[in-house]
Amino acid sequence: MTLQTNLDHIETENQYNDILSNNENVMICCGRMGPMCVPVYADMEKLRDEYPHVKFYDMLFDIPDAQVIRNLPECLGFMGLPFTVYYKKGKVVKAASSIQMRDQITAILDEQFS
Amino acid sequence: MENLYDVIIIGGGPAGLTAGIYLSRSKIKTLLINEGIIGGQMSLTHEIANYPGIESISGYKLSVNMQKQAESFGCEIISNVKITGYNLKKDIKLITINGKGDYKSKAVIIASGGKSQELDVPGEKDFAGRGVSYCATCDGDFFQDKEIIVVGGGNSALEEAVALTQYASKVTVVHEFDYFQAHKYAVEQVTNHPKIDFILNSTVSGFYGSQSLEKVTVKNLKTGEETDKKIDGVFIFIGYVPQTEPFRKIVKLNKRNEIIVDDKMMTDISGVFAAGDCIAKRYRQITTAVSDGTKAALNAIEFIN
Repeated sequence: MTLQTNLDHIETENQYNDILSNNENVMICCGRMGPMCVPVYADMEKLRDEYPHVKFYDMLFDIPDAQVIRNLPECLGFMGLPFTVYYKKGKVVKAASSIQMRDQITAILDEQFS
Repeated sequence: MENLYDVIIIGGGPAGLTAGIYLSRSKIKTLLINEGIIGGQMSLTHEIANYPGIESISGYKLSVNMQKQAESFGCEIISNVKITGYNLKKDIKLITINGKGDYKSKAVIIASGGKSQELDVPGEKDFAGRGVSYCATCDGDFFQDKEIIVVGGGNSALEEAVALTQYASKVTVVHEFDYFQAHKYAVEQVTNHPKIDFILNSTVSGFYGSQSLEKVTVKNLKTGEETDKKIDGVFIFIGYVPQTEPFRKIVKLNKRNEIIVDDKMMTDISGVFAAGDCIAKRYRQITTAVSDGTKAALNAIEFIN
């Protein structure tokens, strides 16, 4: 099962591990098609062209393999969707809960992946 | 001229989207700029059961439907952006979006809506998304079999308290008065609900925990006594405040910071209209916002023609 977005989707834990192993800068938004999540996906779709050195993915929160994000220590205590996680060389460098404005996303992208 | 529109709408709630539908369908070149989420407060409502012609629908679904309807007629929508500048006094209005540049129009409709009022007490911001929420639809299922508090006593608070019982083991409604302002049907639903109890004449005065919310302080407003209460989550529905901060030095506001409009929905600036929860009015409902958006759009068409 995947989200109805134009982003590339992560559906399995293996796929998640491959992506983190093979890409230096990765942003994954794990959520549903809800009011706090959809604006983040929309921004990520637009940001792909502006940040070609970053790989953007989404993942449906409710699939079993999404536990790789749900159970991240950096997401402990999160109680609002989506969970947005930023990875550098396979390591989490930033994680955020609930909606993020475009400015908040680009601030993190600029800070972590410039 | 690049980025020149007939009308620019500020805000993507029911008032703004309705104006977008009416303007675009009339072949008026329209841009809707939305700083938050499409649908605004409407999109956060678990169930809407009083919108004429629709027996029951989620606020999010109704928002998406309105957005699609506006876009189907040609309304352009830019969402989740930050507006950094307004120059509305001249004949051609200018709006600047951070990172995207300037957008111009002959008329503007301000439909910036309202935002959830916060308690403004220690810890509230620290635990937002970590136990403090303003959206039952979005965050309710994080509280499966957990104990939560709903703060408020209006229609939103009581209706969302009932909605949250499908997840939570127990819901405690904390309300500042000893009566509820909600309509009778909502009050009956909560008072008869086995999972809901009440702490009246009280408010939450502090949020505490480590990685997520663990307890709150509940203050009795009559005695001043404060009591700690272990809790997993708190949902806050204590009303809305108009989102008019950017317009305070531009258009005329009343003392509650609501935009004052005339019978044509026009502000004190020619060609600048306002609609929805950001204007001075008695009732704030989706239906009244839709009405405002319709009137503002039709008057804007008349103005630019």
